[in-house]
Amino acid sequence: MRAADAIVKALEMEGVEHIFGIPGGAILEVYDALYDSEIVHILTRHEQAAVHAADGYARATGRVGVAFATSGPGATNTVTGIATAYMDSSPLVVMTGQVPRPMIGNDAFQEADTTGITMPITKHNYLVTDEKQLLRIIKEAFYIASTGRPGPVLIDLPRDVTMADIDFDYPEKVDLIGYKPKIKGHPKQIKKAVDLIMKSERPIILAGGGVRLSNAHEEVLKLAETIPAFVVTTLMGKGAIPEEHPLCLGFIGMHGTKYGNYAVMEADLIIAIGCRFSDRTVGKFSEFAPNAKIIHIDIDPAEIGKNVRVDVPIVGDAKLILQEMIKMIKTKQRKEWMDRVKELKKKYPLKYKQDENVIKPQFVIEKIYELAPDAIVTTEVGQNQMWAAQYFKVKYPRQFITSGGLGTMGFGFPAAMGAQVAFPDKTVVDIAGDGSFLMNIQELATCVDYNIPVKVCVLNNAYLGMVRQWQQLFYKKRYSATRLRYPELSFEKIAEGFGAHGITVEKPSEVEDALKEAFEIDKPVVIDFHVEVEENVFPFVPPGRSLREVLDGE
Amino acid sequence: MSEKRCTIAVLVENKPGVLARVSSLFRRRGFNIESLAVGTTEREDISRMTIVVRGNDRTLEQVMKQLNKLIEVIKVSDLSENSVERELALIKVHATPAKRSEIIEIANIFRARIVDVARDSFIIEITGDEEKINAFVDLMRQYGIKEMARTGKISMARGPKTVG
Repeated sequence: MRAADAIVKALEMEGVEHIFGIPGGAILEVYDALYDSEIVHILTRHEQAAVHAADGYARATGRVGVAFATSGPGATNTVTGIATAYMDSSPLVVMTGQVPRPMIGNDAFQEADTTGITMPITKHNYLVTDEKQLLRIIKEAFYIASTGRPGPVLIDLPRDVTMADIDFDYPEKVDLIGYKPKIKGHPKQIKKAVDLIMKSERPIILAGGGVRLSNAHEEVLKLAETIPAFVVTTLMGKGAIPEEHPLCLGFIGMHGTKYGNYAVMEADLIIAIGCRFSDRTVGKFSEFAPNAKIIHIDIDPAEIGKNVRVDVPIVGDAKLILQEMIKMIKTKQRKEWMDRVKELKKKYPLKYKQDENVIKPQFVIEKIYELAPDAIVTTEVGQNQMWAAQYFKVKYPRQFITSGGLGTMGFGFPAAMGAQVAFPDKTVVDIAGDGSFLMNIQELATCVDYNIPVKVCVLNNAYLGMVRQWQQLFYKKRYSATRLRYPELSFEKIAEGFGAHGITVEKPSEVEDALKEAFEIDKPVVIDFHVEVEENVFPFVPPGRSLREVLDGE
Repeated sequence: MSEKRCTIAVLVENKPGVLARVSSLFRRRGFNIESLAVGTTEREDISRMTIVVRGNDRTLEQVMKQLNKLIEVIKVSDLSENSVERELALIKVHATPAKRSEIIEIANIFRARIVDVARDSFIIEITGDEEKINAFVDLMRQYGIKEMARTGKISMARGPKTVG
């Protein structure tokens, strides 16, 4: 069998239904094989977007996302997408074309050292130098991408390998002597954790993206209700618990809720589940939760003790560990603590000043939430992302998709596309900024071409808003290179030029109608909300400060 | 936190690119390699790297954990304590006829071997732990070292225990 056909057959056997990518010389053979396959290929207009779309698909479904690109520039264009997936532990298999084996290293046309370039941003990568190893490698790639702490795996395919003749003998199992993720938590550690929980008077659960990756949502809720304990999340942990649940305190960190941040600082026990204590979540490492013991549950041992001191580490799969813990925990009412947190929640709500004449970005998010509470929401990066995280109350797991670790502008739109391909009947909204949207705006062509009816809500404040906010607060309003708008720019016209539907909204009173219109139309829509230009994201813990030092903007 | 040196033995699959993966990890995470030696083991599909790294306790813990995450890394062991450590050095030293017997005498004390003799130079081969080699090198400086090559350290735990 031609190796290219074997590749496609292997993908079918892995259950792949969609691939995002762009063909080119070095990967032509594989695309030829794809021509006869049931797998749906979505031709994106940029390879970066192909990887983000596969990433959005993976985050929305929990399955491995697959992206294709050709050699050289095709492969280098995937780099931002791969790094984004790597930082947020998203399972991807990326296949890139490569020049034929005899030409590797000779600076051939469209040659790049793809495995070298992607080494530090993949969980693992392969250059296939022997066609007999091809199927083993594909099997391993899917296994590595989706198990343990998930992540992107890249397979670089020299063109002559894809043309070779091989026997189709797809392995059933993988045999990797150096890769055996630890799944089951150590009983002794679990017992220690339970003892700490039972002794604690002010416990808080900190849920991260690992909860989603291990499908431990039910267990988190059960644990919270059994103890009972309040739950805060990281940005990636949004959706670990329904955010309208009385025990949920929203997300913490730089722009997290004030009551969530304060509660963490007053807690005597943090039960951290599947999070990596990033600087954006923790603030000043040495002053994080100063009175608390910390239990850290994570499948990646390297995350234990990397950023903050940990009292009881438990390495393994969160779902299984929590199931064990729940069995041993007895409910204990902690009225004083419950009352204290309720008081914090009441005293420091999220708030902004409404305006009758100018659209407030927070108001737009509130309206989106009101009209489409079940929508899958993706975000770009910057102010739009933080307002979305603050005001869109996530109801179910995998509903909120955002680039947390790498902070990739241009992620949200193609990620929304990927999520929409996975769930064609759902409303999928990309909450965007005018800066971020421009970074992958070409995907409007893909959306129209395949009728992927993503709704892009641009919070257009004429600036690279988050950078401008920092310039305002820390650089005396010296707005260096952050202004974006000029009079001729019209997202409505751009949308229409691509064949999508465009709406411009300039008054608060028009927000609701525009959203309703967008949600009713069965095609991609861009709504350009001209929002308050110098609105800032608050609360705000300045970088490197403790979570107590919250700026309010008042 | 105070800095210390740590000797780590890493068993890896003997595949192309593994050395690049390990060194790339050190570079990316900002870990400092003092020396690195790679060679085959009793099994032809497994290679052994001996890495000497400097850092505080937290850094050294991260080095070991991050190495363990690499798919092709099979085992990571800390051999800083209670192990046999060896290095090999080749030293080309200036050796005038007047100084030769003196140099030979010192070499004998260190159980070093003269492996090449030219009109006014020797190549001396010496094995031993780092301190011994450093001491020998210091003594040779007075004669003039023309060239030197050192292998980097390899290490093995004492007693019946193995790392594999």
